[in-house]
Amino acid sequence: MESNTLFSNLNEIYLGLLPESLSWAAFLGTGFTIILILVNALLMLTAFGTYMERRVLGRFQTRLGPNRVGPFGLLQPLADLLKLIIKEDLRPVTADRLTFFLAPVLMVTSMLVVVAVVPFGNGSFLADLNIGVLYLVGIPTIATVSIFLGGWGSGNRFALLGAARAVAMLISYEVPMIVSLAGVLILAGSMSLVEVVEAQRLPFILLQPLAFFVFIVSASAEMNRSPFDLMEAESELTAGFHTEFSGMRFGLVQLAEFGEVVITSAILSTLFLRGWENPFIPSDWQQVLPAQIWFIGKVLFFMFIFTWIRATLPRMRIDQVMAFAWKVLFPLALINMFVTAALVVVWPDPNPTYTQLWVMVGVNWTVAIGCLACFTRGLERHGKKPTASVQLVQMPAEVS
Amino acid sequence: MALPSESITINLGPQHPSTHGVFRIRVTLDGEVIQDIEPIFGYLHRGTEKLAEERTYTQIVTLTDRLDYTSSMINNQAYVMATEKLAGLEVPERGQYLRVLTAELQRVASHLMGIGFFLQDLGAFGTPLMYCFRERERILDLFEMICGARVTVSYMRPGGVNQEPPPEFWPDLRDLLLDLPNYIGELERLITENEIVVARTKGVGVLPRKLAIDSSISGPNLRASGVPWDLRKADPYDIYSRMDFDIPVGSNGDSYDRFLVRVMEIHQSLRIVEQCVQQIPDGPVRADVPYFFRPPAGDAYAHVEASKGELGFYLVSDGSIAPYRCKIRAPSFINLTALTEMLLGWKVADLMVIFGSLDVNMGEVDR
Repeated sequence: MESNTLFSNLNEIYLGLLPESLSWAAFLGTGFTIILILVNALLMLTAFGTYMERRVLGRFQTRLGPNRVGPFGLLQPLADLLKLIIKEDLRPVTADRLTFFLAPVLMVTSMLVVVAVVPFGNGSFLADLNIGVLYLVGIPTIATVSIFLGGWGSGNRFALLGAARAVAMLISYEVPMIVSLAGVLILAGSMSLVEVVEAQRLPFILLQPLAFFVFIVSASAEMNRSPFDLMEAESELTAGFHTEFSGMRFGLVQLAEFGEVVITSAILSTLFLRGWENPFIPSDWQQVLPAQIWFIGKVLFFMFIFTWIRATLPRMRIDQVMAFAWKVLFPLALINMFVTAALVVVWPDPNPTYTQLWVMVGVNWTVAIGCLACFTRGLERHGKKPTASVQLVQMPAEVS
Repeated sequence: MALPSESITINLGPQHPSTHGVFRIRVTLDGEVIQDIEPIFGYLHRGTEKLAEERTYTQIVTLTDRLDYTSSMINNQAYVMATEKLAGLEVPERGQYLRVLTAELQRVASHLMGIGFFLQDLGAFGTPLMYCFRERERILDLFEMICGARVTVSYMRPGGVNQEPPPEFWPDLRDLLLDLPNYIGELERLITENEIVVARTKGVGVLPRKLAIDSSISGPNLRASGVPWDLRKADPYDIYSRMDFDIPVGSNGDSYDRFLVRVMEIHQSLRIVEQCVQQIPDGPVRADVPYFFRPPAGDAYAHVEASKGELGFYLVSDGSIAPYRCKIRAPSFINLTALTEMLLGWKVADLMVIFGSLDVNMGEVDR
């Protein structure tokens, strides 16, 4: 609590405004103010993010994105929201009322509460749980359950099929995600997110390239984003767990999905890019920009990366997706954990010098590149170029 | 001990984002694996063959545009060749060169669309589709210059082509010929070696060589299965015998080969267009043919290598200004013959991949 400067500042302001007997109200008021800031920021970033994604996707595809509604199309999310709100909310007769109602609600809730632990500035956060990372990986599991609730509660066999596939994929990808975070935790020595940021003398993207890669891929899969978006693919037969959702129910699912992108970007920037600090210079030097600007900048950067990947790659099939999780990502995450642990055993000092850090960087990047090269060669089929199967011929004299 | 499981039958309705038109398919699934399919088409049937009996030979050209609406020029070419065989007409050389030139450009446009939608079905969220369409737009702009219409061109007539291209056509065509091979090369480097594309299409939906020949498959699907058969070389028409080009032939007959054969055919078509531009002579573009010409009673069959396969027109004349019967051998319809064998045993996710790699066009299937 002592390092939560935002909380203490706001608390003082409220205590100054309220009489002595209502000091508990000042405590509550401060808490709610910070929650207001966080949730609003998250939802605004989500809305803005959907607009940004559509514009960026459009530019990748040599076309303009939405640019009619408002200046530069900035009111497009508002138009989408209004459209979804005014639609009729259909509920199939065979649907189970409670689960049908709960599914989108749980998705949005589980997305929103994650932001409670994310520090968005120096001393600006809602709660610095000393099990912050555990909280981060535990809460999105509720989203997995809610996907299955939605699929089963719809009373539609295709929704159930799609939901079952989705749940299988999601729980497979949680394993490499968590194991990759183990490397970060070993280096940081604590699960509290503020401590993780403060322990990053060099940003962990340099010290843990494999963990970064595994985490960003697993997180893409967790969020049902391309190239793992077979759940909501239009060209697949089963339309996924949200087939029967219409109107704002569907809107909530979309909100939850894109909110997960924002949350994952925030988590990535906290765990791997030094959160609110300038990632390029040591933390005791003058930060060039305010901490919140750095944080938002990094979140936007990762959102752009996710959109870029979505624009580029086609979709994988479900069995390939599962094989990839268990046969590639999980071993990579394990290797990363062992290498990190070995390095920490060699240099157990919790404050290593910069030389030691750069040596760790070298070792980690060598291991990362080596492992990826080995795994890619293992995936290649007989080492032949795939285009060799089609040849150019002149017409032979006779065709048998 | 295997648990008993029931098969379910689902209907991939006529309206679906990836059925390439109005195609309906009922799939019987056991879990994820396809047990049986029942294709149902006819949603785009417009009675082309019957309508042709009530139109003059020149008017039928407009009907042929709308068969495979992604390759209108080639449909025109097949039809007017049949009428010329029927009536014994001689096409001037410049007309033949223009026909081959526009037909090959149309083949490029059709393959670009086929490739784009194939990659769209794979899930590459529209980016390769947009890039392919951007290049196709340039070809359609050329068509608009030459005959006023982008898609349903009606450019050819019995006896030649409709009109001489305007002078601004040739510089634009030359620019296109300079840009397009680089662009297709870029597409090849980005997509054809992409790990995900290869993983999803290699070995998927294999069409064995014997089955392909037995089912009368033609076009890129046949060539991908290892049969080096191309009507432009086997039975040359117009001035294809003077053109120097290769034909890409696959070896596995899977979806990847069908896709790659189309990409490589684009290069070969551009080669043909370049040679046409260099060799084209001056002269009239159309033989002197009356509007209401009455071919002598008899019949004639002409076939071309359309972008989807062998497109044939069988015309029967009874001496009047309209044909007695016009039968169209539509390649996409015949290519669907082997659909069941190609799909059995694959998963639901592969259905769209295999169907997309066949590149059928419902305008042709239903006529």
